[in-house]
Amino acid sequence: MKLLTHNMLSSKSLKGVVVGYPLKIEAYDVKVTEVEFNPEFIAKVIPKIDYSVLIRAAEYLGHVGKLPGHVPENVEKNTDFLKEVHHALLEVEVVKGDLVCPESGRRFPITDGIPNMLLNEDEV
Amino acid sequence: MSRPEHLAPPDIFYNEDEARKYTCNSRIIEIQTKMCERALELLLLPENESCLLLDIGCGSGLSGEVLEEHGHTWIGIDISRAMLDIAKKREVEGDVILSDMGQGLPFRAGQFDGVVSISALQWLCNLDNSKHGLRKRLDVFFSSLFACLRNGARAVFQFYPENDDQLNLLESAACKAGFSGGRMIDFPNSKKARKVFLVLMTGGVTTVPVDSLAQQSRCTVGKNMKNKNGKKDPLRGTRRDWIMKKKDRFRNKNKEVKADSKYTGRKRSRF
Ligand SMILES: C[S@@+](CC[C@H](N)C(=O)[O-])C[C@H]1O[C@@H](n2cnc3c(N)ncnc32)[C@H](O)[C@@H]1O
Repeated sequence: MKLLTHNMLSSKSLKGVVVGYPLKIEAYDVKVTEVEFNPEFIAKVIPKIDYSVLIRAAEYLGHVGKLPGHVPENVEKNTDFLKEVHHALLEVEVVKGDLVCPESGRRFPITDGIPNMLLNEDEV
Repeated sequence: MSRPEHLAPPDIFYNEDEARKYTCNSRIIEIQTKMCERALELLLLPENESCLLLDIGCGSGLSGEVLEEHGHTWIGIDISRAMLDIAKKREVEGDVILSDMGQGLPFRAGQFDGVVSISALQWLCNLDNSKHGLRKRLDVFFSSLFACLRNGARAVFQFYPENDDQLNLLESAACKAGFSGGRMIDFPNSKKARKVFLVLMTGGVTTVPVDSLAQQSRCTVGKNMKNKNGKKDPLRGTRRDWIMKKKDRFRNKNKEVKADSKYTGRKRSRF
């Protein structure tokens, strides 16, 4: 699971859960794979993501690098910043771990990089 | 011919064996690729821009690879662990999640620039539907789909509806969730080439009455599909597609039609 995905995942489909965001990460195995850098895409995605959630996740995984606490101005021209965001969003991957619902504590296991968001019938 | 969705639920049907056979079959690869190309065309994304897309029922990533090739970043969900394991083994670029669309898409609001789904939606109406409460699953699915799309974005499904009732049911559930749009059929009169798409739009026309959705869809979709730069209309396809469709129609009526050739639909040069 990449941090871009984590930035969007919510457990609000669970019965009784209202926001279900952000899911807490508990990681046991993390890997980094190189992904082609596309500055336009990153610049476009930055306003959509929850930046503080990204920072916290990257920090926890030990990959915050030189990411500043806040999004700087004129990101389009700030290649260094875009590269850092690119790395955190797309190159860092949780291979094994858990995602934990902030409201109910329900755990969603991540195995072989695939988060299991399936619910039991009585949870829907 | 029996329908796989009548045989077993999708997570059982697409086991390791089936997932492997599916992904290695060159004919399947070719068909899925073509249909995803078409779905991508129907999404009408801004030209030359990388977008963030969701692939529902992404399976082993055959459809997702088409999205990659067009420079998009994608996330996929699927209910079959075996299919997703193969996607991982094949090192697709997209990130994949094990999830059942009928339980609601697990995303926060307004994230995706578009959604494609190739050959998966008919599974949502599978044999266990009484147990699962089909209506509820459809409502949960379409409302979560509407929510996770960026305003103005589209979702395009290629799928194999079992009959007209099923198609109507899906359309009305989508409409109830706030979507406009509806069915779009390629090669409607050719049994072999016929392909059904459900083209759903957020924003735009919002007050389409439920029962007239089906009849209106063609023109609703058509209107919004007008291409700004006057390029080929992806809904109608190329001139050749149009001629081929017309020929198909004529053949169906047993009229005499010239054989297709590589020149079919080409402009002839005048001397
Ligand atoms: C024919 S395959 C298509 C896979 C891929 N889109 C392609 O073009 O090759 C249909 C896929 O839909 C998935 N599917 C069926 N029901 C589903 C559900 N309720 N939620 C998510 N995925 C589902 C199946 O597991 C299967 O991988």
